[in-house]
This record gives sequence, C-alpha cells and structure tokens, in this order.
Amino acid sequence: MSGLDAIDVEVARPIGLTTGNALPILHEIRHALEKLAETGEPKTIDLSSIPLSPEDRDQLLDTLGQGEVEATLDAFGPSNIRETAYPGVWLVQHMSPQGGEHSTLIEITRFPSLLLTPEADVKDGIEHSTPTRFEAGVIKRWMI
Amino acid sequence: MDANELLAWARGPGFDIALTIFVAGMLLRLLEVLALGNKPDLSPPRGSGPKGAVQTLLSRNLPRKAVFDREPLRIINGYVLHIGFFIVLFLYGPHIVLFESFLGFGWPALPSGMIDAVGAITILSLIAALVFRLNNKVIRFISTKDDYVAWTVTLLPLLTGYMAYNHLVASYTMMLALHLLSVELLLVVAPFTKLTHMFSFAMARWYQGYQAGRRGVES
Amino acid sequence: MDDLTLGERLRQRGVSRRGFMKFCAATASMMALPPIMIPKVAAALEQARRPSVIWLSFQECTGCTESLTRSHAPTIEGLIFDHISLDYHHTLQAAAGDAAEHARDEAMKKNWGEYLLVVDGSIPLGENGNFSAIAGVSNLEMLKEVAEGAAAIVSVGTCAAFGGLPMADPNPTGAVSVSDIIKDKPIVNVPGCPPIPTVITGVLAHFLTFGRLPELDHLNRPKVFFGQNIHDRCYRRPFYERGQFAETFDDEGARKGWCLFKLGCKGPTTYNACATAKWNEGTSFPIEAGHGCIGCSEPNFWDAGGFYRALSLPHANVGETILTAGAAGIAIGAAAAVLNRKRKSDAVDNRETITIKDLSKES
Repeated sequence: MSGLDAIDVEVARPIGLTTGNALPILHEIRHALEKLAETGEPKTIDLSSIPLSPEDRDQLLDTLGQGEVEATLDAFGPSNIRETAYPGVWLVQHMSPQGGEHSTLIEITRFPSLLLTPEADVKDGIEHSTPTRFEAGVIKRWMI
Repeated sequence: MDANELLAWARGPGFDIALTIFVAGMLLRLLEVLALGNKPDLSPPRGSGPKGAVQTLLSRNLPRKAVFDREPLRIINGYVLHIGFFIVLFLYGPHIVLFESFLGFGWPALPSGMIDAVGAITILSLIAALVFRLNNKVIRFISTKDDYVAWTVTLLPLLTGYMAYNHLVASYTMMLALHLLSVELLLVVAPFTKLTHMFSFAMARWYQGYQAGRRGVES
Repeated sequence: MDDLTLGERLRQRGVSRRGFMKFCAATASMMALPPIMIPKVAAALEQARRPSVIWLSFQECTGCTESLTRSHAPTIEGLIFDHISLDYHHTLQAAAGDAAEHARDEAMKKNWGEYLLVVDGSIPLGENGNFSAIAGVSNLEMLKEVAEGAAAIVSVGTCAAFGGLPMADPNPTGAVSVSDIIKDKPIVNVPGCPPIPTVITGVLAHFLTFGRLPELDHLNRPKVFFGQNIHDRCYRRPFYERGQFAETFDDEGARKGWCLFKLGCKGPTTYNACATAKWNEGTSFPIEAGHGCIGCSEPNFWDAGGFYRALSLPHANVGETILTAGAAGIAIGAAAAVLNRKRKSDAVDNRETITIKDLSKES
C-alpha cells in the first residue's frame, strides 16, 4: 500500500480470554452428527452469530482439526471448504471479493451444498458444449 | 416517559433532589437531638466516660446472651439482613465507582455473581423480618406505619437491583431507572423514619456508654 | 431503468449460481437468520424485483451514507444497495438542481404507494421549518409530501430515528425525528451514529426478501439487530463480572483489555449489534478498540450525562451536592435547635403552677 505500512502498530489484545462458547458449539456439532447418521438430515452452523474471541476460534478449529479433503471455490470471492478430522463435519470459510473474511460456517453433511453442481448450471453448460463450439475452441487453441 | 428519559431524570435532577434532602434531613434530625444538650452532671465521676463510650460502641456489635437466647432466629436474621445489605451496597463494582467519585478513594470489588447471590439472600431475609414482625403479637401491636414504610423503601432498591441484573420484567434500561428511583425514594424518606438509626446508632452507643462509663457501671 | 430480478442482475454481473448461493448465505447471516433459511432467502431474492427507493437527507452529517458506502469493491452490502432503484440521493446521484427534483417527482408518480422512503437527518421545526430547506422547500414540507406515497419509511441514523445531535440541548433549530412528524405510515428506526452498514442493508435485504419490514421493538428498531444490549454480548463482560476495570485510558487495566465501565461505557443501556456484527466487516468495535460505548443508538444519548461518566454516577458532582446539602442541613438544624430551646424556655416561663387544692376542686 502506501507508507502506512512503515508505521509500527502494536495491536493490544487481551491474552487468553475465552468466552467458553467453543464447547457448546462442539456439542451442537455432535448432536448434528448423530442426526445425520440417523436420518441423513444435514445442518449448518453460522459462527458469525455467536460471540467468539480469537482464542475461542482457535480452540474450536484446533479441536476439529483437518481431514482428507480440501476444496477452493472461486465464486463471488474465494471460499475454502475442507472436511475436518471428523467425517461429515465440513468447515466452510467465505471470503468477500476483496479478500476480507466474510463468514465461517460449519456444515454437518456428507457433501457440502456449495460443492454440488447446480442443476441449472448443467443445462446451461450443455448449450455451450455444442460440437461447433468445441471445434471452435480446439481450432482457436491450435491457431494460437 | 420512556426508559431512557426516566434514567436521565434519575441520574440528573432526581439524584440531586434526593441526595440534598437526605444529607440535609439527616443532619437536621441528628443536630436536633444533639442540640437538646445535657444538664451538667455534678456528681464526681467514678469511671471514664470516653472509655465506656468506646467500649460500648464496639461491644454492642454483638447481642447480650440473655437477649439472644430469647429470639435467636430473629436476631440472626437481623445480622443476615444488615451484613447482606452492606455487602451489596459497598462491594459491588458499579456502586464502588459512585463512592469513589466523592470520597476520592475506592476499594476492591467482589465478583458480581457473588453479589447477586447475596442480594437474593438479603431480599429473603427482609421478607423473613416482616414475617417475624407480623407473627409476634407484641411487636405487631407496637408496629407503626413508620416500620412498614422503612421496610418497603429498603426492599425496593434490593429488589429492583436484583431484577435489573437478572434482566427480569422489563428492559435493563427501565429496571436500572427504577432501581435509581427506588434508591432516591429511600434517600428522601430515610431521614424522617427510623432509618436514621444508620447514623444515630453510633450516637446512642456513645451516649449510653459514656453515661455508664462515667458512673463506673456496666453498659 | 431495467426490470431484472436480483438473481438475473447478479448473473448479468458474472456472479455464478454458486456465487449467488454464497451471496444468499451471507445475506441470511447479515439478517441474523439461521442457516436453514438460506434456501428460502435464495428463492425470494431470485425473484426480487427492484423497489424504488427515495432517500431524503435532511439535517444530517452524511455519516450514515458514508457508513453505507464505505466499500472499495463489491460486497454484499454493495450488491443489495445496487439492486434497489435509488431514484433520489443527494450525495450519490449524478443529477443536480431541477433535474434531480424532477427525477424525484417522476419516481414518486410512477411508484406511488409502493416506493420505500429512506430518511437520514433530523427535521428542524424552528423558523417555520426553514432552518433546513432543499430547492426552496423546507425539510418538514418535503417529508410530509414524499411520505404520503411511501409504502414504508426507514429512518436511518439516530438523527432521523430520534432527533440525534441537532436535538441535543438546547436544540436551537427545534429538531425532531421522523416519527414525531409522520404518524400514519409504518416506520422502521435504524439508529446508530452511524448505524452499522450491514444493519442498514439487512433491513433493506429483509424488505427485498420478504416484502415487509422486520419485527420491531418498542422504539421501532428491528429486534433482530437491536434486541440485545452491548453489555450482554461484550467480550469484556468476564472482566465486569470479576470487578476488573480500567481506571484511565492506556493504564495497566486498559492494556489488559479490562472492562471500560469506569470510563463511561454505556454498554448496559445501549441496544445495538456492535458487539457481534462489529464494524468494517467484522474488524472491531469501539470497546474492542479501547473506548467505552457512547450509546449512539439510544434516544438523547448526547444529553445522557457525559460519555466518560460511569453509568452508576449521577450527572452532577456528588461531593459538591453533599457539601451544599450539608451546609443547608446544619443551618436548618441550628435554626431548629434554637427554636426548640426557645419553645422549651417559653414553656418553662408560662408554666402554670397547680396546687393540690386546685386539683381537688376539679372533679
């Protein structure tokens, strides 16, 4: 940016302040997992609606850990969707188009809703995948 | 008048009026008594007046055994009531801020959760005190309007404070306004009821202790 | 002026369906709706037509508009704001003078009974309303005129909602709020000095999604954003409970992030979303930055006894009051004592002596 970066800014933060809100969320996740296993019903938890200090967030995310799958989504700003160490518990982090963190959700599901291709998009795609179009695309690349 | 306006009045003119009447009223009542004066005691002293006074000031913090044995519960309840009231009034953070503003010094506060519990106990203790009064035939007979008024204006600040802290009945702003108004009611009424005992108890102990000490008798 | 739905407009902008779902999730979050409502929000916004919005700026500082437009790139707030047909806005419109007023008249006629009226700034009543006039028309007259054909009115900012700064003592312009003048239209108050941008757009989003205004409290503020006080959601609350307060700015306690009650924080009596939604896209809010809440979303917060005076303190100087009252008490007490003595000595002087003979005569 500008010379603003050269200014030494010390961010004072209360260290080690937890609201204790991480634990109830973990319980909620466990209940949702039980529901998912029983009935297949998914659930989403919006973390921005609950007061969480940075320490609480760290506690929560550290406990959930990292799983096998990670996906990045580039639609209306970047998003990161990854399965946590608990199968069925997905961490969905949305960033706004200019990169600021917008919202964090926890989806308890077998497959996150945003990753599933929208039906209407498939139909739209067929239009664009006509033989002429494919040929034009191939020729274009060959010509370059 | 909505909650915010009520709160602004309570913190503004309300408090000024109430505090003025309280201070002026208390001084007036106490000075009236002091000004009655004493006829000079012409007998030679057999003990020390001041020593007796100080001793009595301290010794009367506990009841005589004979008195206690007759009504232990009522007396213990009296202690719970008073000590509870002091804890809530003097050891709650926001209250200490008020005292600090005119005393120039403050002191450490208790956690508000504790104050909340003590407040609840004090309210129950006040109710118990009323029950004791009504159940004792003699005390009920000699009770006057003053007793019941003093009881009410003491209960209201405790009750409204408890309700405000626990978000009961109305919004916090409204309950806080009611709490301040109930305190102002207490301040305005106190000098003209038996609640003057909050200052006069020291005068009584001193006077009686002095008299007894001078005569060399137990007090 | 096109007539696209919100969904079509977003796709036109190159926002994919996945992007739209993300947008709806963020919008639902902004409206503090549970995630289960996201599909409903998506379905509603997909079909949402452009409402005509007329924004009247009266006796204001433009802070509310600034708050709303403080985004450098498209954000959720920006997109919602873009979707409304903002037919009149002093700061944002390109037209000026008669052309602007004409545009307003046209929009009013075309959408009579259906447009949303947004007001920021208070309305002065003094000097026949002429302390503030636009194009020769007093704010008072313009408000009444435009309100007549509005479906609903949104009072943005504490000035429009409750009178705000202009109404502070001694209120030289006779400023009043929108609710003081308009009595026959549904009014939403979105107070704050300024209000949080996501709160403003949350109300607009609610209107777009559900076609009506959200549930309101006794001061006509949307309960979803103004239903909790700052104190109950403040992350420094544990320090309040433990009695750990900062005594001055930048002292030991302040650096440790202790409670700002003693520094005048009005969190307990202020209802707003600052502690959860925060400012600048969740960056921080006044208390987190080390300054107590000034209560800017409450009526008369300017006259509530000083920003740096703790809530448990009265407005006046307590010590002074005690000394003055003390002096008065002593004076009256002394006077009363003198009177009593006089009465006593008079009684002694006027005492009638009675002998046993007098007594036996009476029967």
